[in-house]
Amino acid sequence: MTDPNLRDIWVYLSASPLLGLTITMVAYALAYRLYLRANSNPLTNPVVTSVAMLIGVLLLTGTSYDDYFEGGQFVHFLLGPATVALAVPLYEQFSRLQQLWLPVTISLVCGVIIAAGSSIGLAWLLGGSTEIQMSLAPKSATAPVAMGISEKIGGLPSLTAVLVVITGITGAVLGTKLFEWLRIKDDTAKGIAMGVAAHGIGTARAFQVSSQMGAFSGLAMALSAFATALIVPWMVDWLQSLL
Amino acid sequence: MSFIHGITWLLVYQLIGEVTVRLADVPIPGPVLGMVLLFITLWIRGRTAESLDQASSALLSHLSLLFVPAGVGMMVHFDRIAAEWLPITIALLLSTVLTMVATALIMQLTTRWLARPQDNGAGADDD
Repeated sequence: MTDPNLRDIWVYLSASPLLGLTITMVAYALAYRLYLRANSNPLTNPVVTSVAMLIGVLLLTGTSYDDYFEGGQFVHFLLGPATVALAVPLYEQFSRLQQLWLPVTISLVCGVIIAAGSSIGLAWLLGGSTEIQMSLAPKSATAPVAMGISEKIGGLPSLTAVLVVITGITGAVLGTKLFEWLRIKDDTAKGIAMGVAAHGIGTARAFQVSSQMGAFSGLAMALSAFATALIVPWMVDWLQSLL
Repeated sequence: MSFIHGITWLLVYQLIGEVTVRLADVPIPGPVLGMVLLFITLWIRGRTAESLDQASSALLSHLSLLFVPAGVGMMVHFDRIAAEWLPITIALLLSTVLTMVATALIMQLTTRWLARPQDNGAGADDD
């Protein structure tokens, strides 16, 4: 950048949120196109590919995460309203829920406790630090909720966001195989399990199998977001009191 | 214009949620409380407004995009992930499989035991 004009432009861009916001949108648009090209293969999940692209660009241009986030925060902020928006699909499936409320409640509470308990326990057994255990604990909840919980219980919210995405992809890739292997045929049970273990990414996969499985997965995702927020901080307090 | 109304309602409920959580000092993220309050409102009203429907489906149909800036934050944690990759990978994989399997089995069993008798009893006779 010998041209003084170009340098001026770079100085302007690196200090303004415009660049961070624009590259986020462009990376996601490219990633989403790739995902559709690959027939919605869960391994080409657009979050993974766009995060990889953006980290590559930031490392190559020597831009810090804080500078990038000046622009990225505008997208990030929408996680809050998106969480509130989950009330709408939840309400629309309310009549199905009324028929099955007791089995759904029991499965949901057990699922949330198993998800958090097993990740804390396994990370602890394998010598993971407390910060890692706490970042893993809410990994099965949808990202905005998981990040909020992670922050409250002493994890690293940005690490939790990454772990949530990897959890979703794991669930989406393995889920249907596991159900086949266990001979679980009921779409309601499959959907609830998918939503509890693998949130939105699992729900997207469930909709490919059947609309009933997708609807119950979406329902389980919304309910387990709430159950995780209620149960996990309390569970962590209790586990810490044991030590 | 109705999209703007929908977004405004979502923001209002988030704001109420955030303020209440701080005032009451409860360990629930503000937006989650906002979601519950909005759900209760919809239940009482008995329907979803068109504007709210538009705004929520716009946000939820590209939910993945909203995780991206936080995901990029991984670059700040490279050292930590490299240092603890074994507990992170194993705990995440095993815990996800365990949660999925256990929840599906519990849901299947409790549905058979507890659900109100419906006219879809055919499934139970299969095995």
